[in-house]
Amino acid sequence: MKIFVPRDMAAVAVGADRVAAAIEAEARARNIPVSIVRNGSRGLFWLEPLVEVTTASGRIGYGPLSEADVPSLFEQRFFDGAPHPKCLGHVDKIPFLARQARFTFGRAGVIDPLSLDDYRHHGGFKGLESALSLGGVGIIAAVKESGLRGRGGAGFPTGIKWETVARTPASQKYIVCNADEGDSGTFADRLIMEADPFMLIEGMTIAGIGVGATKGYIYLRSEYPFAIRMMQQAIGIARHAGYLGASIDGSGAAFDIEVRVGAGAYVCGEETSLLDSLEGKRGQVRAKPPLPAIRGLFGRPTVINNTITLASVSFIMAEGAKAYAEIGYGRSRGTMPVQLAGNVKFGGLFECAFGVTLGELVNDIGGGTHSGRPVRAVQAGGPLGAYFPPALFDTPYDYEAFAKKDGLIGHGGLVVFDDTVDMAKMARFAMKFCAIESCGKCTPCRIGAVRGTETFDKIIAGIEPERNLALVRDLCETMKFGSLCALGGFTPYPVLSALDHFPEDFATPPLRHAAE
Amino acid sequence: MLHAIQEEFGYIPREAEPVIAEALNLSRAEVHGVITFYHDFRREPAGRHVLKICRAEACQSMGSEANAHRLLERLGLDWGGTTADGRITIEAVYCLGLCATAPSALLDGEPVGRLDAASLESLAMEAA
Ligand SMILES: Cc1cc2nc3c(=O)[nH]c(=O)nc-3n(C[C@H](O)[C@H](O)[C@H](O)COP(=O)(O)O)c2cc1C
Ligand code: SF4
Ligand code: FES
Repeated sequence: MKIFVPRDMAAVAVGADRVAAAIEAEARARNIPVSIVRNGSRGLFWLEPLVEVTTASGRIGYGPLSEADVPSLFEQRFFDGAPHPKCLGHVDKIPFLARQARFTFGRAGVIDPLSLDDYRHHGGFKGLESALSLGGVGIIAAVKESGLRGRGGAGFPTGIKWETVARTPASQKYIVCNADEGDSGTFADRLIMEADPFMLIEGMTIAGIGVGATKGYIYLRSEYPFAIRMMQQAIGIARHAGYLGASIDGSGAAFDIEVRVGAGAYVCGEETSLLDSLEGKRGQVRAKPPLPAIRGLFGRPTVINNTITLASVSFIMAEGAKAYAEIGYGRSRGTMPVQLAGNVKFGGLFECAFGVTLGELVNDIGGGTHSGRPVRAVQAGGPLGAYFPPALFDTPYDYEAFAKKDGLIGHGGLVVFDDTVDMAKMARFAMKFCAIESCGKCTPCRIGAVRGTETFDKIIAGIEPERNLALVRDLCETMKFGSLCALGGFTPYPVLSALDHFPEDFATPPLRHAAE
Repeated sequence: MLHAIQEEFGYIPREAEPVIAEALNLSRAEVHGVITFYHDFRREPAGRHVLKICRAEACQSMGSEANAHRLLERLGLDWGGTTADGRITIEAVYCLGLCATAPSALLDGEPVGRLDAASLESLAMEAA
């Protein structure tokens, strides 16, 4: 009988390997034949380690487990799906999962990530087949029709980017997958690579056929050792089966992929810096134009897309552009894997159509804080995204609606804070992070962030707060308009949102006491 | 290539710079510039164990900073420091993608989540 125990890095971080070993030992001791499948995570992280068994009526889950639960699980015959205090019933019916629109993450946690048979049984390579029959022009038309926008942060229409690369004549073109996922509060790229790596391979291959590129690179951050191993293995398996190489799936079209590991620099997620880093240089941001689509990797036309963007293409080509474009909100079409993180009760990946409100995501779906205290702030869109107070929780999850509130969807992260958060410290951290990670090319970012950090130190110490707050606002203006990339240019968003929505945290110490 | 050297030696020795430069047909200054740009590359040998503690926002929201400071105080170290006996190095990392099981850390490449002050401390103290 099959027992699924995730091999996902977060599941392992909370004991999945120990649970798997305990199940194996217990089964041996009881002489019960089991086969343990190390699946990816479903993305319901508060339930990890989440173990599943197959029954006639579907998969039954148990979690969150520790090795201490294992003897009683066997005692109760969990392998038959029997009741147990940790039994969660049918996994598909857990409300957090049942409420989702799992377009891109439908296979995550369901399949053995390295089984091509599993992948094919669950709709894998259907997108590639249709892409091969449509050809480049048809692929780009479909991606355009789907309305897909880049999920790395900027939300640029993917079809238009691909068209530019396709129309630029060159003897060699490249597909680069941005798997640098540096934003705090995000793990969707990681989940794709660990739970369903063939989907990314398929998406990149479709992109290659779409624009006429034969070589792809995955720029994968060094902080993701599990994803690195998984992608390398999956690429080897795909190559061996003829899904990568000189003639993909016997079509005559060539495409191959290589993994390149980053070295711990946030700014290397920025596309031009990433390209320099791929070329073995310091990851410094390049001035645009020229766009990477015209002069990218090694000076050649290059599609650079986020991992989710490329993975979504597999779904779009398999199920049709219409199915994707049908749901959504305004100009934000399709689904977004929202990542609920930080001090949140139900932390995990929630893929849904755009348009749900921030409050629904945090309170209804996320269940409020993990600590049980009131939610005070939510940082949306990573370290360069704004802090939202509960007063703005009616904002619909949509690129344009968030921008109107000086906020960011970014890569889909939401980090929840309870009422013990000190927003002056968070504003200082935003500046400090920019100072640590600045590539050093422009003065407002390099120097401004250091000065900003020092100025917050003074504010926090109660030294001339009014004057120093005015100074911070000036610095933010300079950084916004004088920075080449969004590291310097967007750091003002978390800083100013903290100042504007939580002014009480920046008042002079006596006033702060009075407010408490 | 730099990753491989660091894997082998635990850091990138200064003496290796001209060798790398020659092998890649680059100037020494270029190689030096690349090594110092990236946070991953260490200039000094690390301890026998390396504990990378996440300092990014999601982990902060779950109290990571207070836990980490308590540990550093107990070890008498600052970020990046190694204990006098060469047993352990404590480094900062900004997000491990384990933000829904925060606070998180990596001990010698193995992930650990849902840490509190006590479990972080025993993780660091028990690594022999
Ligand atoms: C400082 C900085 C960091 C970034 N980090 C990432 C990242 O980790 N992953 C990512 O996909 N995009 C990141 N981006 C956005 C990329 O520059 C680029 O817009 C993206 O890779 C394009 O792909 P998409 O159109 O599919 O979103 C970052 C941008 C900046 C300015
Ligand atoms: S804004 Fe900062 S990170 Fe971006 S190019 Fe300028 S110095 Fe580099
Ligand atoms: S913020 Fe610590 S793991 Fe993401």
